[in-house]
Amino acid sequence: MEFEETELRLGLPGNSGGEGEVARKRGFFETVDLKLNLSSKDVGGAGLDLDHDKVKGVQKDKNLLPSVADPAKPPAKAQVVGWPPVRSYRKNVLASQKSMSDESDKGAAFVKVSMDGAPYLRKVDLRMYKTYQDLYDALGKMFSSFTIGNCGSQGIKDFTNESKLMDLLNGSDYVPTYEDKDGDWMLVGDVPWEMFVESCKRLRIMKGTEAIGLAPKAMEKCKNRS
Amino acid sequence: MHHDRADQMSEDEDDHRSPPSDLEFTSSEARNYSTVGSGSGSGSGVPESQAPYLDQVLDNVLDNVLQFLTSRQDRNAASLVCKSWYRVEAVTRSELFIGNCYAVSPARASARFTKVRSLVLKGKPRFADFNLLPQGWGAHFSPWVASMAKAYSCLEKVHLKRMSVTDVDLENLAKSLPGFKELVLVCCEGFGTKGLAAFVSLCRQLRVLDLIESEVADDEMDWISHFPEGESCLESLIFDCVECLINFQALERLVANSPSMKRLRLNRHVSIGQLFRLLKIRGPQLTHLGTGSFSLSDLVPQGDQEPELDYASAFTACKSLVCLSGFREIVPDYLPAIYPVCANLTSLNFSYANINTEQLRPIIRHCHNLQIFWVLDSICDEGLQAVAATCKELRELRVFPIDAREDSEGPVSEVGLQAISEGCPKLQSILYFCQRMTNAAVKAMSKNCPDLVVFRLCIMERHRPDHVTGDPMDEGFGAIVKNCKKLTRLAVSGLLTDKAFSYIGKYGKLVRTLSVAFAGNSDMGLKYVLEGCPRLQKLEIRDSPFGDVALLSGLHQYYNMRFLWMSSCRLTRQGCQRVAREMPHLVVELIGSNWEDMEMDDVAEKLSMYMYRSVEMPREDAPDFVTIM
Repeated sequence: MEFEETELRLGLPGNSGGEGEVARKRGFFETVDLKLNLSSKDVGGAGLDLDHDKVKGVQKDKNLLPSVADPAKPPAKAQVVGWPPVRSYRKNVLASQKSMSDESDKGAAFVKVSMDGAPYLRKVDLRMYKTYQDLYDALGKMFSSFTIGNCGSQGIKDFTNESKLMDLLNGSDYVPTYEDKDGDWMLVGDVPWEMFVESCKRLRIMKGTEAIGLAPKAMEKCKNRS
Repeated sequence: MHHDRADQMSEDEDDHRSPPSDLEFTSSEARNYSTVGSGSGSGSGVPESQAPYLDQVLDNVLDNVLQFLTSRQDRNAASLVCKSWYRVEAVTRSELFIGNCYAVSPARASARFTKVRSLVLKGKPRFADFNLLPQGWGAHFSPWVASMAKAYSCLEKVHLKRMSVTDVDLENLAKSLPGFKELVLVCCEGFGTKGLAAFVSLCRQLRVLDLIESEVADDEMDWISHFPEGESCLESLIFDCVECLINFQALERLVANSPSMKRLRLNRHVSIGQLFRLLKIRGPQLTHLGTGSFSLSDLVPQGDQEPELDYASAFTACKSLVCLSGFREIVPDYLPAIYPVCANLTSLNFSYANINTEQLRPIIRHCHNLQIFWVLDSICDEGLQAVAATCKELRELRVFPIDAREDSEGPVSEVGLQAISEGCPKLQSILYFCQRMTNAAVKAMSKNCPDLVVFRLCIMERHRPDHVTGDPMDEGFGAIVKNCKKLTRLAVSGLLTDKAFSYIGKYGKLVRTLSVAFAGNSDMGLKYVLEGCPRLQKLEIRDSPFGDVALLSGLHQYYNMRFLWMSSCRLTRQGCQRVAREMPHLVVELIGSNWEDMEMDDVAEKLSMYMYRSVEMPREDAPDFVTIM
């Protein structure tokens, strides 16, 4: 195919798309840079308090994620500015209708949860929870019965039935990630909770060593933290 | 259909039924032809002393005759006959149409046409609607207001499309023209409810205020309350695009005070209960209605809603209703309320209503007289089949995507298109978004719908071939230009090679507007079109591999065209500069700041060129990111 438009450009509603401002979805490894220490005080009802404006202008190459993405599923096509040619007014109206109807639907939002090293998957209904903390608590309870072996040079603590996922994550290199509607693997906790529920398709609690393939620099920071 | 108000619904209401000529005098002056101003009006053999008197008689006769000439194409032709005709035509032209606000200056327009009552002015190129033109590019209404205030005391009507209008402009317009009657703003921006408030309070003779798909800033101003008290001559109030809360009591009062009101389109902040109240007042007179949200008010908790909403009879009084739209937050359960009016409808706009096939069926079954139908693809192919089964009078169909992304599901396909082509042979205009299409279905439409004037197919995934055969979509579009002999507007999509363009150049002799995206293989594609389509007026191209060679092959054509837009193609600065040098009356704008940093012969893959004819020097209001060659 000739002339493939592969530039990743997302125009926010109301923004001019032709020049400058480009909103890029924050991918996994660049947020590893920010905060891995998901202690309870950081997680509020609206998720982590990050400046979403940082999303704009962050250079990110989508191609660094293949080891994370499910190899069976092809990566979603990059959206191009102004295509399909539907006026932003119309797009905005339909988008806001959709978000309103989703609110009132209140159907269940079951997603699969996998944890690296765990023998089987679980399923959670995201609508059962109101905050990230609730979710972590629940996940911690779900997976606390497993014993997890060594993970590279870090060494992962064995933990008892009582310990929660937060303990697991604290000081270790387990990272909660999720696959969103576009097929990208994202770090859990960046976006407001409601937005996360809308876009999350599945969860994966990933070993930090998986991240090595993504961004060595990020792994350094991981190691330096503990 | 020419004066059918439903035209206002179209997202591009250019008249595709007669040849174009936005101010053709621009091209004649541009070419410096001698038709205008050559010779004197008097015939030969008449003694000199009597000549001025005869001129006077002639002028009077002409004056009276030319009054009746309404078509601007005819007027442009008449103005080229001789000086006398030029002069008389100029003073008798009451409707001035300017297709590109930068083609001519306000001063020049008002110097020539002195008795204008109605002005139609268009600004930004259409691709601005899709965020391809940065904010602040131009198309300001301000200089026109200033000029008109001085020149046109009898100006009553202004219709703007894709112009930048400020609150101050609105206020000045109203202040300088106290007898002003009609304001129509389509796809405009730059103003807010403050400007609206000022405008409506000053325009005591206002008959029409139509705000269509415009961006209106919320200044938290209760503009509806600013309409003058007492009886109003308001005939049309369209504000469905205004995303601000409104004072319903004031609106109700206004509607009650407007016995001539025929067209009312509400915004989504008007609930269904409020709609019914308005229908009780004005239902019988309304010809055009926009229903607002068509759901219960979200300000009042569900349980406390007005208990007695009479869904069954709310619309029964609407005997004059022919055009229905709105349904901004539709609750499909309430749809049966519109049954009483379905049989009379000629125009139905469901394009903001997320309804499925089963919800559509009982409605569309009754719409035998429907000519214009706008809808979301949520109705699926089966829904289109239902349309095809009933709407035998259908002239215009637009199917919009509920999920406008490349990789979305795509509930409509070639099946729906085929059904429509078989059921609606009178179809003249179609806009169809889909994910899958076949050449066979497009060919079928070209054969079944010979009256097609506008064919716009958008296969949302770029470069997508015929999904059954895997072939490019060349043959389908080829069939359209070949078989649809009246075709003037075409938008192509899917996988297309230069062959498709060779078809367009060969058969598309009446094509005036062409939209191209992600198509073609080489310069030949564009060349075919520029060399083959003599009536081409508006050509907009994005992300296609056409370069300088192609651009330069169209020099013979560019003065005949209103504009050429090319973005993310393969042009170089050098190529654009060459065109600018060879064609002094073309303004060649390079949009995007990187053009300056580029080497002359670097291919400018991500940048835009917008080129248009003009009798003026290049504009002085261009922002930083525009370089004029």
